[in-house]
Amino acid sequence: MPVAVDLTGVAFGYRPGQRVLEDVDLQLSEGEFVAVAGPNGGGKTTLVRIVLGLERPSEGKALLYGEPAHRFSRRRTLGYLAQRSILGGDAPATVREVVSAGRLAAGGLIGPMRRRDRELVAEAIERVGLAEHADAPVRTLSGGMQQRAFIAKALAGEPSLLVLDEPTTGVDAESQESLAVLLDRLHSDLGVTIVYVSHEFGAVEHFVQRLVLVRRTIVFDGSPSELPGVWHDPSHVHA
Amino acid sequence: MLESEFMRLALGAGAVVGVLAPAVGFFLVQRRQSLTGDGIGHVAFAGVAAGILLDVAPVLTALVFAVVGGIAIELLRSRGGAAGDQALALVFYTGIALGVVLVSSAGALNVDLFQYLFGSILTVTRADLVIIAALGAVGLATVGLLYRPLAGVVLDEEGARVAGVPIGALNVAVATLAAVTVALSMRVVGILLVAALMVLPVSAAGRIAWSMRSTLVLSMVIGLGSALAGLTVSYYADLPPGGTIVLVAAAAFGACALAGALRGR
Repeated sequence: MPVAVDLTGVAFGYRPGQRVLEDVDLQLSEGEFVAVAGPNGGGKTTLVRIVLGLERPSEGKALLYGEPAHRFSRRRTLGYLAQRSILGGDAPATVREVVSAGRLAAGGLIGPMRRRDRELVAEAIERVGLAEHADAPVRTLSGGMQQRAFIAKALAGEPSLLVLDEPTTGVDAESQESLAVLLDRLHSDLGVTIVYVSHEFGAVEHFVQRLVLVRRTIVFDGSPSELPGVWHDPSHVHA
Repeated sequence: MLESEFMRLALGAGAVVGVLAPAVGFFLVQRRQSLTGDGIGHVAFAGVAAGILLDVAPVLTALVFAVVGGIAIELLRSRGGAAGDQALALVFYTGIALGVVLVSSAGALNVDLFQYLFGSILTVTRADLVIIAALGAVGLATVGLLYRPLAGVVLDEEGARVAGVPIGALNVAVATLAAVTVALSMRVVGILLVAALMVLPVSAAGRIAWSMRSTLVLSMVIGLGSALAGLTVSYYADLPPGGTIVLVAAAAFGACALAGALRGR
């Protein structure tokens, strides 16, 4: 499988002398469904920001599909659901309006949306099961449904790499489970590479092929079934 | 009222600004930069002063200063040189201080300043109206063409950045649009009240709208209604037009807030 993400010897600190990440080596192949877990403050979000080229490593190299991540030329192929995704602005944006924003980079910036873009938006809304709520303001939906709307936004751009940073924050256990099932289905149907970042990985454990635990560096990288029993307890990672 | 040419010209200028100011202000309000219009207005005051000092049309110098000030606020904010409110304060105070110094140097502290500070829509000429209408049309066309990316950045700036949307250029476009709007609105409501027409109709529309797009359209309708109703009231009640327009917009906000609250019950 071609490599989608390639981090070699990556180190990063927001201030001199304070390393958030060090000595990180990570290769993700195209089409993988990977969970990146670890304690809060362990460097997961920083790792994701380096993968997406939003931060440049102070040491080592970060490649996306073979190109330096910060100069990646095919950004429209990236889908990103940021940590604690909340809608900007006060206007009551509908699900369709939010998801349409996901077609910006791929569908062109100027003027009204083309028919093909509108169809892809409707398709993405359908995929996440929000067709009946397409014209409802997002803020009137439950936390789980709002996250589905954001995932549909990322999907509308037809990404080859989908990164979700703490997508289950503020979402009840039942919605977490159905979100995991949805992601598994998207992975199977679309073949998209998915990086699921969370401080705990229980919801997706049965679906991901690979689990990466980060605590300043990578402390585990393998199948969830190979994980020592005690590590299934998130409190172990915190310790 | 319509028999008087000065009122026809005033209603024309008011209509353009009444539609344009909320259309541009919509993006500032959604980005929680409601006071940016005020900041740009203070820089425009320095531009008016420079115009008086240099004996150049103050509206033109105000336009140039406003564009530079708007872009400066955006660059300071986005490049991390200063937090958003500090960037605004820096430009705000520098603008007003520069204006005071320049006006004083020109020996014009008492001359013509009131018409820029509080508006002078009743003195709009045909030539003024042509300029206001032309720049207003360009501004509205730009908002129409860039609506989707500007709205997309409002909704999720980080997601748009990852996907390669040119955030910096779009932010500068908003700042420039805001500056042009401020320069045009100066004649209608004055520098001191210019931001009100960019913010109040948008806030009012947000109380009763059902989508992002409907918020934008309703805010333009409320802005237009406020400008025309305010001018009409000021004509018959002999009140200052700028202040009356803004008070009508404030009343519209009250009415929409009440309607929104009743609907939410």
